Amino acid sequence: MTSVSKAPLNTELGGGEQPLLALRGVNKSFGAVQVLQEVDLDVFPGQVTALVGDNGAGKSTLIKGIAGIYGFDGGSYSFDGHDVTVTNPKQANALGIEVVYQDLALCDNLDIVHNLFLGRELSKGGRLDEATMERRAKETLASLSVRTVKSIRQQVASLSGGQRQTVAIARSVLWNSKLVILDEPTAALGVAQTEQVLKLVRRLADHGLAVVLISHNLNDVFEVADNVSVLYLGRMAAQVRLQAVTRNQVVELITSGRSGDLGMKAAESLATRPAGHTGTLTAEEAS
Amino acid sequence: MTAVLTPDEVQTGTEEPSVRDSIVDYVARVRGGDVGALPAVLGLVVLTIVFTILRPSTFTNAFNFANLIHQSAALIVLAMGLIFVLLLGEIDLSAGYTAGTAAAVMGIQLTRDGHPWYVSIVVGLVTGAVIGAAIGLLVSRLGIPSFVVTLAAFLGLQGVLLKLIGEGGTISIRDKTLLALNNNNLPLWAGWVLLVAVIGGYAGVSLSRAAARRKGGLRADAFGVVLSKVAVLAVLLGGATAYLSRERSRNTAVTSIKGVPEVVLLLIVLLVVMNFLLGRTAFGRHVYAVGGNAEAARRSGINVQRVKLTCFMICSTLASVCGFLLASYDNSISPKTGGSDTLLYGVGAAVIGGTSLFGGKGKMTDAVLGGLVISVIINGMGLLNQESSVVYMVTGAVLLVAASVDAISRRRAASTGRV
Repeated sequence: MTSVSKAPLNTELGGGEQPLLALRGVNKSFGAVQVLQEVDLDVFPGQVTALVGDNGAGKSTLIKGIAGIYGFDGGSYSFDGHDVTVTNPKQANALGIEVVYQDLALCDNLDIVHNLFLGRELSKGGRLDEATMERRAKETLASLSVRTVKSIRQQVASLSGGQRQTVAIARSVLWNSKLVILDEPTAALGVAQTEQVLKLVRRLADHGLAVVLISHNLNDVFEVADNVSVLYLGRMAAQVRLQAVTRNQVVELITSGRSGDLGMKAAESLATRPAGHTGTLTAEEAS
Repeated sequence: MTAVLTPDEVQTGTEEPSVRDSIVDYVARVRGGDVGALPAVLGLVVLTIVFTILRPSTFTNAFNFANLIHQSAALIVLAMGLIFVLLLGEIDLSAGYTAGTAAAVMGIQLTRDGHPWYVSIVVGLVTGAVIGAAIGLLVSRLGIPSFVVTLAAFLGLQGVLLKLIGEGGTISIRDKTLLALNNNNLPLWAGWVLLVAVIGGYAGVSLSRAAARRKGGLRADAFGVVLSKVAVLAVLLGGATAYLSRERSRNTAVTSIKGVPEVVLLLIVLLVVMNFLLGRTAFGRHVYAVGGNAEAARRSGINVQRVKLTCFMICSTLASVCGFLLASYDNSISPKTGGSDTLLYGVGAAVIGGTSLFGGKGKMTDAVLGGLVISVIINGMGLLNQESSVVYMVTGAVLLVAASVDAISRRRAASTGRV
């Protein structure tokens, strides 16, 4: 753990605010494979930070590290202005970090209320307090303007993809969370459901939460995000305000790690590139 | 409990489902594939009718009815333990021999070492818990499939049991308390007190839960629905108590046999405690979560390894209770106690009752219903003087029917979005 400055990487990003989550020089390798290399990331409250990058760029590894599924190998992790060590999901939850995984992580055999409170059931004298849980579940869904579920006592297995995503997101805001990380929330959804979920994502940020949205879909990114962070082969190519870039620039950042004077220096991007590649990397090659 | 709908509660705008709504709801659930206890109850009714027609005098007499309870008690307790493991999607093939081993340890404490019954029972229970802990640790920490670990334990414990008792030996039980456990009856008044306590307790819990939900502004079962459930339970259990309170000795000059078997008290206590543990505590919820989606449970911060370990320990501890009941019923412990088909009947009872072998679905009452179904088959076929070969074949067929009902309801459930 080296002591590094926690000043925002890019003062334009947070509009002068301090970042809620600041990663500096984070590394992670699995055996001989270095997945993350000196990654810096700032996430601000009330903003949606899109995290994009091609397959294998390290997006999932980065969020799993933030969520405490495994610890980072090195670098500093500060949350709300304090240096913290997060090595298991409970610690991340205690800080107010919630992750909505791509594969949802819901228990099909339990109902919506049970899933919302999974692992953090409310008990009164050793006995589950079902009435309070059901009431709070109702309130949370109402506060997110979710009106599509018929009964909150129905099993999650009976819900549509969009509804399941809604339940997963609702679970992340039930706990006075400060940072919600969404891993491709719209990947498996239809047009209308995607729209619904994106609105929900925007509402989270408007409630003052910091949101990290991982997506492959630039339409989604440009619709809801405030900032975009681009990972390129395990390195942070750029973190910029979305208004300052065009869609083409983001695509270039994703596929080659740089775009004009944005992103990595030419030499750096070449050095990062795996051996055997010459010229411009296409999206397919990068995967 | 008469003021169900005070004006206050009506104003909250919570629509109160009527009795009719509840029935419509239930029918929709069953049609949607969520059959619950229905197949086991129907099976029990059909089997009872068939055996009553074939053996009107012997099957239905009070003596046989009490005998049926004694026969099924051990099986029900074993199935209760197995359900904890089955809910995780795991299996414990060694539970039968765990019962035998724990009973043998208990018997040795009792006879050879001359300890009082309560010490012997505690030592027997600890034996079960230790076996469960060993299996649980191997499964949860090392990640060996439970099928393999418990198959090894099944073989190993068979040897331990043989070693403890000796080739061809038996340990006979002479302790009065242990013999009473699965042979004696409660005094008549105690049977009726038990009945009132059970009905009163059930009604009290149901009504207070409904009241708490209404207070929180939530939908609760209508008063009529709760009342009719209580009434059905009261009629069934009341009838059984009355029947058991009749004299059932063949020769009253020699001895008088009447009253509810003592083992019923034990079964009710276990049922209430385990049902509470599984249905009303965070631990129970975690058991279902691990069985439904272990990865989701882990990501939610549930200690999956500890849940698994605890379930295997509960299973083996209940298996040792099963062993005591077997020993009490047989008045002895032999190297065959808990062996041969004991375990498979236990798993069969759980599955017939409605517990899924795939994990995540099952209740404690499944053990009672399924255990009764299997016991009725064994008991009835015995009265028909059928050979063991036929009994096995019929039991197998019933299990197959139960598994098919499970599979079919599962498919329906998948198509209607229930699990």
